Amino acid sequence: MSAAQWRRAMNSAATAAAPTLAPLPRRAQPAADAPRASTAPSWPARFVARIRARHVVVLAALVAYPFVASPFFTYQIGAQALALGLIALSLTFLGGYGGMVSLAQMTVAGVAGYGVAVFGTSSAAAISLGWPWWLASAVAIVLATAFAAAVGWLSVRTEGIYTIMITLAIGVAFFYLAQQNYTVFNGFQGFNRAGAPEVLGVESRDPVPFYFATLVCALAGYFLVRHLVRAPFGIALQGIRDNPRRMASLGYAVTAHRVAAYAVSGLLAAVGGVLMVWYNGRISPGTVNLGAMISILIIAVLGGMKHPIGAFVGAIVYVLLQNFAIDLFVRERFNLVIGAGFLAIVLFSPDGLLGLWAKLRSSLVKTQTPQQTRRQP
Amino acid sequence: MNRSSRVLLAALAIAVVVFSAWAIADNASLYFKTLLNGLTLASLYFLVASGFTLVFGLMRNVNLAHGSLYLLGAYVGWIVGEQTGSWLLAVAAGFLSAAVVGLVMQVLIFRHMEGQDLRQTLVTIGLSIVLADLMLWGFGGEIYTFDPPPLIYGSTVLPVVEKFPTYRIAVLVAAIAIGIGLWTFLARTRVGMMIRAGVDDRGMLAASGVNVQLVFAVTFAIGAGLAGLAGVVGGTALSISPGEDTRYLLASLVVVIVGGMGSIVGASIGALLIGTAEQFGLAYAPTYSVVFTFVIMVVALAFRPRGIMGRAA
Repeated sequence: MSAAQWRRAMNSAATAAAPTLAPLPRRAQPAADAPRASTAPSWPARFVARIRARHVVVLAALVAYPFVASPFFTYQIGAQALALGLIALSLTFLGGYGGMVSLAQMTVAGVAGYGVAVFGTSSAAAISLGWPWWLASAVAIVLATAFAAAVGWLSVRTEGIYTIMITLAIGVAFFYLAQQNYTVFNGFQGFNRAGAPEVLGVESRDPVPFYFATLVCALAGYFLVRHLVRAPFGIALQGIRDNPRRMASLGYAVTAHRVAAYAVSGLLAAVGGVLMVWYNGRISPGTVNLGAMISILIIAVLGGMKHPIGAFVGAIVYVLLQNFAIDLFVRERFNLVIGAGFLAIVLFSPDGLLGLWAKLRSSLVKTQTPQQTRRQP
Repeated sequence: MNRSSRVLLAALAIAVVVFSAWAIADNASLYFKTLLNGLTLASLYFLVASGFTLVFGLMRNVNLAHGSLYLLGAYVGWIVGEQTGSWLLAVAAGFLSAAVVGLVMQVLIFRHMEGQDLRQTLVTIGLSIVLADLMLWGFGGEIYTFDPPPLIYGSTVLPVVEKFPTYRIAVLVAAIAIGIGLWTFLARTRVGMMIRAGVDDRGMLAASGVNVQLVFAVTFAIGAGLAGLAGVVGGTALSISPGEDTRYLLASLVVVIVGGMGSIVGASIGALLIGTAEQFGLAYAPTYSVVFTFVIMVVALAFRPRGIMGRAA
């Protein structure tokens, strides 16, 4: 093949790749799917075909849960696990599919939380602007997503292990800023009586309405991630995770994809952060301290980063431990228990509880399925 | 370095000079006192971060339990200091205890997961949680302080600044001495040569017949020991309490990110920048002092993603 032919081939390949690159963080990509849809069954049919019995069971259980559980279990366990799971999901998406383990996800959630308190209503009347809750939350989420993109822009300049250090430094710096600064963040006290909107006469901090609010957000986040990792953007992202140089030479904008991944995960974390503020009714520097940042990592790793459901599994285990460790172990040694558990998971089952489950199932079924090559999460 | 970054650096330098001129004219004593405080803090940061950067440079192991080693050394040093009444023995105990714990960590855990950077880092996070909680269990939430020996106790009269604590001057001198010692060790001795060779090319070092595992163990012990030593020294200058581990972990992270990983010279430059920036921030803009640290990190990353003295891994 002559050089001219090569050049033509490369150019046409580049233009073919371009449409998949252009709409980076969009959620739905019907335009890209449209040509295929004429031959394949329409999307509702495909959607129905993908539903399995276990999906129906889990969904039914989630909907029925608040009606059988006590308010404590609905609110403290159910709703908190879903909100924490959403923040951990953002890390699963970023770490599991993007190969970038960021410790700043709780910080992004904290930015959103502080946004709700600063723009909305709180006990600190001198700082809070008193906007209606929907405007405050929307602005907070946009702000936190932009913050996440900025964190991404900063940290994707370096690779691998540096990411964790830079995001850790950003997160801890934000914690100290929130603690020191009284003009915007109200210092050590933070904000009390924040958020807790009343929608159409329903007090959304009541257990059942709040549970359903978090459930809707968590399901939306879960399916967004499930969709994205199959969309061209997600496929490209996984390619970048596995081999950035090859993807770059194929004409993909590696940095843009990574920053976009940060933005998407920032959106998830921001929604989780808003829910956390509503849940707690308050936000203070303690919400974004190192312990909180690491707990998100613990939840994601505990559940397993290979599948988005791992974040929620991890969150349920974490919240249960948090609430009942006091009864099971020595009082106030929760950190020891969770730290040792985390250590055990990292040392012995790098794929988390999902990995354990997969191992258990394969040993029960005793099928000789070829072992998948293990990748670094 | 291209022209725009040179212009920006020049602008930054001019801003610093203008600020200094204004601050000296306004209140010379405050300015120089802040500068000295900044240098003291920088020497503490250097002591902590040099171990961190050494371990990272050689083993690609981001030891996020480094802050815990700092606190551990401080607590053990405090016990020994109380028992024996000797501050120097406390310093030695701080170094040794942290070095032993670091050695155990390297031999029992990290040796078995070589090349799995992320997993090692996650393990250090787990260790730091466990260690922090164990120390909180053992020592409670109280604040501990040391009594430095009488020779470096009290204050010295300096020109312009008037009175300045002698101990802080001693810390500064000690850090410079340790820095020079570390540099000599790395540049002039055989083990130092091996460590530098390992930083540059681990595989080649192993191929030339050096027991790499031994070099790793020695480096990890020295790096951890420096953190423990800094724990006693820093605990004497300030105090020790739960939460200090996070503070020094952040400091060493930022210092190493700014200075470049694996470079002792980089760690000293980074520590100087961060230490002085933090103190000036505290003195002149108290509620935003963290922002200065952060701005330095962003600027350093924007122009040199691998840090000021960093090289490609």
